[in-house]
Amino acid sequence: MNEVLPSTAHSEAAASSGLPGIVQDWSSDRQAFKHVSWGKAMMWVFLLSDTFVFATFLISYMTVRMSTTVPWPNPSEVFALEIAGHHLPLILIAIMTFVLISSSGTMAMAVNFGYRRDRRKTAILMLVTALLGAAFVGMQAFEWTKLISEGVRPWGNPWGADQFGASFFMITGFHGTHVTIGVIFLFIIARKVWRGDFDQGRRGFFTSRKGHYEIVEITGLYWHFVDLVWVFIFALFYLW
Amino acid sequence: MSQATIHAEIQPAPQVEVQQHHPIRLYLVVWVWLFILSFCSYMVDYFQLAGLLRWSLILIFMALKAGLIIAVFMHMAWERLAFSYAILLPPTLLLVFVGIMIFESDYTLLSRLTFFSAGS
Repeated sequence: MNEVLPSTAHSEAAASSGLPGIVQDWSSDRQAFKHVSWGKAMMWVFLLSDTFVFATFLISYMTVRMSTTVPWPNPSEVFALEIAGHHLPLILIAIMTFVLISSSGTMAMAVNFGYRRDRRKTAILMLVTALLGAAFVGMQAFEWTKLISEGVRPWGNPWGADQFGASFFMITGFHGTHVTIGVIFLFIIARKVWRGDFDQGRRGFFTSRKGHYEIVEITGLYWHFVDLVWVFIFALFYLW
Repeated sequence: MSQATIHAEIQPAPQVEVQQHHPIRLYLVVWVWLFILSFCSYMVDYFQLAGLLRWSLILIFMALKAGLIIAVFMHMAWERLAFSYAILLPPTLLLVFVGIMIFESDYTLLSRLTFFSAGS
């Protein structure tokens, strides 16, 4: 990295890595996040704040679960289903997990094809992602309906500690809302990609700015975050 | 183990790259690993493992999955450290919060057992 020409003293190619690189980037009196556009940086900052929101939910769930003297309902049994005569513990949640992971996989590939300017494949992969996300929300609606019909309420349930319902509806409800918003945005961006907005420099209706394929990656960041949160919910709420 | 495999995959990628050009195969490999790890965590529940074993396996699989998603799918592995640290370090403060609340809930449980032994 040292063989940079002196005339390009302003170029960012001189950036070193490791700890000196961090110091250099932060003290350069210029953009601290090199190679990161404002859009991407702001999405990351939003995701960071969202991390704290979900963390407070999960920590409050931990607190009520640890401090109750009544046994916690066994999630393995609460979320079990009878499929073709077989009693399968937690099966719906496992399927939901696989669906969401698959949607993350298709999203990652959509981002990749977006940067290759492959309009068709990007749009199709984003649509597949959105449909998998919609399937996830559908299964969550089924799960809520089943639990509500079995008598689970935010203030009580037939199997144990009253706090179970409140934690369940709050955490999965907030996550489901995120997935729903993600699906809506995926459809919007997929339509723009399909129409070729980012190739023709067509202006957006809201900001009248020209879009770039980077918006696919930014939408992808949000989508992967939704999957990431599910990883934690799956482990801490359903498996614990 | 999975991390090592993935790192072997992503080594050739240039350090600084404004646009992310990685082979599709990398995403498929990560996808397969996420499936394997999710299946393993489901098996933990299926076989009703209990105690410290269950506890540690769940957390390990969770951490590996989260790491793969952040590093590869969200491209954090290719960002400059100044950016990665700015995003990844603040959430570690949450561990302090977790610690405080464990302390707090132990105290609440103790009071409830002492003064309201009937429950709730």
